Amino acid sequence: MADSRIITIDGLVKKFPMGGGWFTALSDISLEFGTGEFAGFVGPSGSGKTTVLNIIGSLDSPSEGEVIVMDKSIGELSHGEAAKLRNRHLGFIFQTYNLLPVYTVYENVEFPLLLLNMSPRARKKAVLEALEWVGLTDKIKSRPAQLSGGQCQRVAIARAMVKKPVLVLADEPTANLDADNSHHILETMETLNRELKTTFIFATHDHKVIRYLKRKISLEDGRVVKDEIVKAKRKVKE
Amino acid sequence: MIALKLAYRNLKGAGLRTWLNVIVLSFAYVIIIFNQGFLDGWSRQAREDMIDWEIGGGVYWNAAYDPYDIFTIQDGHGLPPSALQGLIEDNLAEPVLVAQAAIYPEGRVQSILLNGIDPGQTILKLPTAPLAADIDEIPVLIGTRMAKRTGLQEGDFVTVRWRDVNDTFDATEAKVVKIMKTNDANVDIGQLWVPMNRLQTMMSARGEATTIILSPEITDPPAAVGWEFKDYNFLLKEVRALIKTKSIGGSTMFILLLFLAGLAIFDSQMLAVFKRRKEIGTLIALGMTRTRVVRIFTVEGAMHGILAALVAAVYGIPLLGMLAKSGWAMPEVADTMGIVIAEKIFPLFSIGLIAGTTAVVMITVTIVSYIPARKIAQLNPTEAIKGKIS
Repeated sequence: MADSRIITIDGLVKKFPMGGGWFTALSDISLEFGTGEFAGFVGPSGSGKTTVLNIIGSLDSPSEGEVIVMDKSIGELSHGEAAKLRNRHLGFIFQTYNLLPVYTVYENVEFPLLLLNMSPRARKKAVLEALEWVGLTDKIKSRPAQLSGGQCQRVAIARAMVKKPVLVLADEPTANLDADNSHHILETMETLNRELKTTFIFATHDHKVIRYLKRKISLEDGRVVKDEIVKAKRKVKE
Repeated sequence: MIALKLAYRNLKGAGLRTWLNVIVLSFAYVIIIFNQGFLDGWSRQAREDMIDWEIGGGVYWNAAYDPYDIFTIQDGHGLPPSALQGLIEDNLAEPVLVAQAAIYPEGRVQSILLNGIDPGQTILKLPTAPLAADIDEIPVLIGTRMAKRTGLQEGDFVTVRWRDVNDTFDATEAKVVKIMKTNDANVDIGQLWVPMNRLQTMMSARGEATTIILSPEITDPPAAVGWEFKDYNFLLKEVRALIKTKSIGGSTMFILLLFLAGLAIFDSQMLAVFKRRKEIGTLIALGMTRTRVVRIFTVEGAMHGILAALVAAVYGIPLLGMLAKSGWAMPEVADTMGIVIAEKIFPLFSIGLIAGTTAVVMITVTIVSYIPARKIAQLNPTEAIKGKIS
């Protein structure tokens, strides 16, 4: 479970302009996450799961309250500082994979390391290691268009994990995958969480994902309605 | 470095669209360089031809002479100044006497200028040696244009009528002893070259001259009382002005081409920002600043300029190289325009021209790439990741 605190959310409110007024997407959310957690925001569409994930990922900022990630207050970060935080400490996994279409599998996974100015030798070692984690070492020269959905998502996981980030944020990572692929992906992420102590936070309403979560935070209309630790993992294939 | 690498990969990925933009832009490169090289080559040839055939190292005009005022020709002559006598004796200056006259080829009357020149002169390329012919008629040298206009051929006779310094009209027969070919229409059209001593006798102007052409070897022309020295700046002014006019006309063509190429790249960039917003969002999520993403897209657009330069080099270097070697044949009509223009212009493609053109194209392409790329800075990354427009 959590060793030390890496995320503190205190009184988070997020409002978006809508028409002439404001729409409140998140209301008074206060949470903490520690190293090595395998947690997820669950709830129906529009409950605010992705919004809170975006704010933790410094892609968006709070309207009120404070979100501290790796000792950095998200609301006070400049564009450059937020980019640096994402570059060094965060990994993202998206529902639609978001792989760069003109790059090969190898180049997609290598990309975050290019931004870290790593040496070519260190990059190669890290990329091959990450591709080994997800079982895609035989596809390094393929382009995303040549891969299945499950393979694309595994590339996305390798890209998120290649720099060994402290935190990986996964927004509906299995929404476009069938049951077999979903379980395979989740098992991969669970292994990485266990072996590398990387914190995973999901935004999902997919029961296949929910079954794997060790901490489940239920959101409804932008409010936390339940925050529970799930003791026993249930791997039930649908 | 990353920006270049990414831009190159993306351009490669864009396939046909990239190549269409690159090919149009490469036309702009080649046409701009050809057009300017052609004008530079013409300018150089015109200067060289005028120096060789007409003005040498500069010309002294008698103070009363103005070639643009026909009425000054009658009186605009005199004895060469003492300051130039030494140069004339050493064949470093060549006096020319100019007189108005009329000829009657094939029964028609045609106004011409008689130019008296020493048949042994060496300062100009005019083939004056045949003027030394010892014949009763006046030996005359004419150019091919003049021959065509008058229907005269070598060995033909023609009546010449002139008025001497005492306003007395006289006439005699002249024999065409030589027809010369020259690029300089100023020494050809309407001009008859005759031996200096014969013209001085005809004009009753013994020892006098209208102009004195200096050898290009003389770099420091002496001052001469009663004579005005006209240097290259003055004498080449008209040719330069004409080429400048042509240059402006040519510029319109390449500005249009550059505009079209720029528009295509602008359009591609706009489309790229619209179509690739998901990629933009992903780049930001992976840790790129918006500024850096803007830079990548700008470099990507600017790289069209680099690729176009390479493509232009592939077909432009052999094509323009061949033109520089074999020349560009001018239409016959240009020969009769009264300007210094060769049958063939050899374009001059200098390093400065190529570097300058490359810089102009690159700057233009970078600007048109940057303008749409700026929109990226306004994209909301959370929307962009999903491929939505915010």
